[in-house]
Amino acid sequence: MEENKKKYVNLDLKSLGMIVALVIIFIIFFVLTKGSNATPTNINNLIMQNGYIIILATGMLLCVLTGYIDLGVGSVVALGAACAAKLVVEQGWAVPLAWLVAIGIGLAVGVFAGFFIAYLDIPPFVVTLATMLMGRGLTYTLLKSLTVGPLPQNYAFIGTGFLPTIKITMGEGTLDLVCVAVAIIVSIGLIVTEMKNIRTNNKYGFANIVPWQTAVKDIVILVIVWFFFIRLGQYNGIPIQLIVLGVIVAIYQFVTSKTVAGRQIYAMGGNAKAARLSGINTKKVFFWVYVNMGVLASIAGIVLSARQGGANPKMGDGIEMDAIASCYIGGAAAAGGVGTVIGAVVGALVMGVLNNGMSMCGMSTDLQKVVKGAVLLGAVVLDVTTKKKKG
Amino acid sequence: MSEIILEMSHITKAFSGVKALDDVNLKVEKGEIHALCGENGAGKSTLMNVLSGVYPFGTYEGDIIYKGETCKFHRIKDSEEKGIVIIHQELALSPYLSIAENVFMGNERTSMKGVIDWTETRGRAKEALAHVGLENENLNAPVNTLGVGKQQLIEIAKAMAKNVDLLILDEPTAALNDEESQQLLDIMLDLKKKGVTCIIISHKLNEIERVADSITIIRDGKTIETLRKGIDEWSEDRIIKGMVGREMSNRYPVRDNCPIGEVVMEVKNWSCYHPEISDMQILKDINIKVRAGEVVGLAGLMGAGRTEFAMSLFGHSYGQKISGEVYMHGKQISTKTVKDAIDNKIAYTSEDRKTYGLVLINDIKTNMTMAALRGYYANGQIVDERKENLDAEEYKKKINVKATSIHQTVGSLSGGNQQKVVLAKWMMTQPDVLILDEPTRGIDVGAKYEIYCAINDMARAGKAIIVISSEMQEIIGTCDRAYVINEGRIAGELTKEELSQESIMKCIMDSNGKGDNK
Repeated sequence: MEENKKKYVNLDLKSLGMIVALVIIFIIFFVLTKGSNATPTNINNLIMQNGYIIILATGMLLCVLTGYIDLGVGSVVALGAACAAKLVVEQGWAVPLAWLVAIGIGLAVGVFAGFFIAYLDIPPFVVTLATMLMGRGLTYTLLKSLTVGPLPQNYAFIGTGFLPTIKITMGEGTLDLVCVAVAIIVSIGLIVTEMKNIRTNNKYGFANIVPWQTAVKDIVILVIVWFFFIRLGQYNGIPIQLIVLGVIVAIYQFVTSKTVAGRQIYAMGGNAKAARLSGINTKKVFFWVYVNMGVLASIAGIVLSARQGGANPKMGDGIEMDAIASCYIGGAAAAGGVGTVIGAVVGALVMGVLNNGMSMCGMSTDLQKVVKGAVLLGAVVLDVTTKKKKG
Repeated sequence: MSEIILEMSHITKAFSGVKALDDVNLKVEKGEIHALCGENGAGKSTLMNVLSGVYPFGTYEGDIIYKGETCKFHRIKDSEEKGIVIIHQELALSPYLSIAENVFMGNERTSMKGVIDWTETRGRAKEALAHVGLENENLNAPVNTLGVGKQQLIEIAKAMAKNVDLLILDEPTAALNDEESQQLLDIMLDLKKKGVTCIIISHKLNEIERVADSITIIRDGKTIETLRKGIDEWSEDRIIKGMVGREMSNRYPVRDNCPIGEVVMEVKNWSCYHPEISDMQILKDINIKVRAGEVVGLAGLMGAGRTEFAMSLFGHSYGQKISGEVYMHGKQISTKTVKDAIDNKIAYTSEDRKTYGLVLINDIKTNMTMAALRGYYANGQIVDERKENLDAEEYKKKINVKATSIHQTVGSLSGGNQQKVVLAKWMMTQPDVLILDEPTRGIDVGAKYEIYCAINDMARAGKAIIVISSEMQEIIGTCDRAYVINEGRIAGELTKEELSQESIMKCIMDSNGKGDNK
């Protein structure tokens, strides 16, 4: 049967809205700082400073998808980092072993929280408020309120190191060819995926996005990619942190969009009752979401301590709020069931670019909080009101 | 003839083009108990919502004349100020607040602005409770420590505290046992002596026969007749005739070429208790069987236990202390979890598609494959999106879901199309038995017909189908056989030849109160 439906649909601008906002914010600060926020050093710093937030936002997104949040992540970051740092610095443990212990602690906290939330029906807010207090208290006890450090190079490289580089001179500085190579690979990957999508759509008669819109979207993304990697190449190449981030984000993007487990999280967040009556074990989903959050928080702790060269008991204080805000800014719904990993990452970058830009403008950290609060509220208001108009 | 306290004339109310009320007239005399009768969906509750201001003036046509003046209620508060109070079927009590607080909820006794006057609250609460014989209850006890029967009486006391002149009770005895019902009816008669006018909506015709002074019968959104005690014929049979007396039209497609085969599923001695009140038995020894290619109805009134039966069977999703056996193709199986039920090829579509059937913010495709995802649309953990899309397209065409694409969110679809998505979702699990709970509730005639066609197609494909419906017409029109359920037990089994609205009603009436009530 031949269908007479239109074969093209419009690009869903909402899903790209935050990327556009990120670019605009970046440009505003570019003007305000007279270009110094786009220097190679600063682009590198953006990644180095915000890596652990992005890791947390990825895990937090899963919690937010179920309709709740995890308040305990800041404490798990500190606890994991404190253990790993102490084992390495004071006990002389091998770094990978110490990291495994840190991840084990994150896992244990996750199992603890997940058990109460999923199997005893204790509200996540209460359970994770408890893990937040307990985790922080344990960290202070463990570190006796002192800083542990400095960490050896083979620990710190995950937060501060770079991939080997092949530098060539360019203009007044140098350019790393590895970065250029990565940029080329990313570009080809993007174009191939896009073509493959179009081919599948044509084959099965699904609608494609209007061609010029696809072109504009891809060009914008390519410009961002090239700008980013060239800047990194002009600095010192690809940070190890970026690789850690890339792997984590890729895994979670895949899990949330392509696997049964991901589907179950969305279904449960959208309507837990319907999910249960469709054979989804909602308790199990709940449990694993919080276990996962614990593990990712401990990884974030390792990255943060590596970057700071040590662990201190105040580490990661209040960053659960940044992670939660990243998810909401990135388009996740507070009621659950809506949101993407990429969105959460973009949300975290928006926060990062804001922090970074405002600091460069010399704005006090007190006022920065006001701006961040306003941006969070504004992003969600925009999200909710546009949805209302549509529905 | 005594004075008319309320006259509703030529009331017409439409919901997105569909007339729920069509030129309805209602006259209530002062001091009488006036009953409203009609099938589910006839428009009784809609009419009462128009009267109490739930649907504000301007959203309906017609006039409300109350105590001689034309009223334009914009809010519930407006009607309450005039002394009209409605008590809905679902209790509107705040469970952890005390009895006294509940009596004055929304109507608090205050001294200065906004400060609760506890002495006055307790004193007046006692007065109000005296009307319903509860003056000896502990006023400070949380209201959830009382049984449902007493909670219903608290609702009436709450209305009395508002100086009610016209009290409307929507199915007040639906959740009560016989003894509690009797007590409530006695209180109604008592209130009548005190000059309060009552409108009662009830399915329990024996109760209406006992307490009402006149009965207005509504059918398909139209007033059919008003019967008066002592003037017109006054019997349950007469009321039933008024409620159901319409001719059968061709609203149900013929199911031909559909041989009935072996027994597919048999349920034996199924019992279950209320999920919260552990000594309240909801289902009592239910035995049913359904064959391949057969459509079996579960008829009965709302609250009879049909949905509870289906949900408790399907993954023990309702109730506690569930007992009984389930056999599929003669082999005993367990349906302890929803996954067990699905794996054993049982499917259940809920009566409430928005709450239990769909994720409204997700698209058609995702909803369709939600239950079958693990079984049919994944290689290990990874979702096969291509197969998903292809099958979703196929089902969309097959049962004619009207949408721009399979990627449209189901929240934006009409009720009928949403119902089709739910149906497709469960067809995709490739079940042998489908339990369809109110498959056509709240959807238009055209979509209904399509759903019936889909049911016929599934029966022809050898599926065993159970249809739960409160619309007796639907049971008669679609089923090969029907069980009548009443008060949690099977009240009768009717063959296709025996099936009629009168025979179903008779089964219900005959079994009413026969159960060994606790």
